[in-house]
Amino acid sequence: MAPPLFWTFSAIMLLFGLMVIIWRNLVTSALSLVVCFLALAALYVSLDAFFIGVIQILVYAGAVMVLFLFIIMLLDLKAEERRRLNLPAFFGGIVVIALFVKVLFDVSYGFQDGSASFPAIQHGQQPDVWYIGLTIFQQYKLQLQIIGTLIVVATIGVVILSKRELK
Amino acid sequence: MVTLNDYLIVSGLLFAIGFAGVLLRRNLIAIFMALELMLNAANLSLIGFSRFNVRNGLPDYNAQILVFFIVTVAAAEVAVGLAIIVALYRARHTTHVEDLNSLKF
Repeated sequence: MAPPLFWTFSAIMLLFGLMVIIWRNLVTSALSLVVCFLALAALYVSLDAFFIGVIQILVYAGAVMVLFLFIIMLLDLKAEERRRLNLPAFFGGIVVIALFVKVLFDVSYGFQDGSASFPAIQHGQQPDVWYIGLTIFQQYKLQLQIIGTLIVVATIGVVILSKRELK
Repeated sequence: MVTLNDYLIVSGLLFAIGFAGVLLRRNLIAIFMALELMLNAANLSLIGFSRFNVRNGLPDYNAQILVFFIVTVAAAEVAVGLAIIVALYRARHTTHVEDLNSLKF
């Protein structure tokens, strides 16, 4: 967990996250989101969560973002045209976000335990996927089945929603 | 030295960016992408706490399982949400939220 690497990837993540909401062109936004997710996966790996990092790249940067790009291109959305800004709503949003960031910094710097360094873990003896598999299949069997059912229901729902004639 | 607080602040800033996107963007798909940013910010803080809470020389894997489930549910959510957006676009030929105000009081 070298500090330069952490700050580099954090900066990339926040910069591209900001570009997601700044660019008006949706394809540019979606590609910025891919880079943001890749940097986030690097942060997961820096926290010794290798499996979650790989999942992040495969599921988010791969599957989910391909779905987004596919829909953007399917709908053939042009860049959002500039409209008259709703000024009270805009400044209200800015104020809410500024207050949120202020509270975030207050809480984080008041959290004394969090300024300790991360405790060491046993390296070399950490097959990440093995432990995650043990935890899932020993403690969370039922939840895994529920998630599987949820995915099936979502798939069927999407197929029905995408039919041309809704009855 | 990178501490837990650094990770929490970075994750909170990512959440704030996503929040700003939801509040300030006016396109449904852009709002949806900002929503994904907020979801991932929550995941980052969960993984940070998992690494911080070391027991028997191992990180807390319960948090990582929770993140795994969140990613799964998020993928299902994206599929359903985008299907709704496509259906909406077929009916109204727009994805701009200010044109979709038939539920507005």
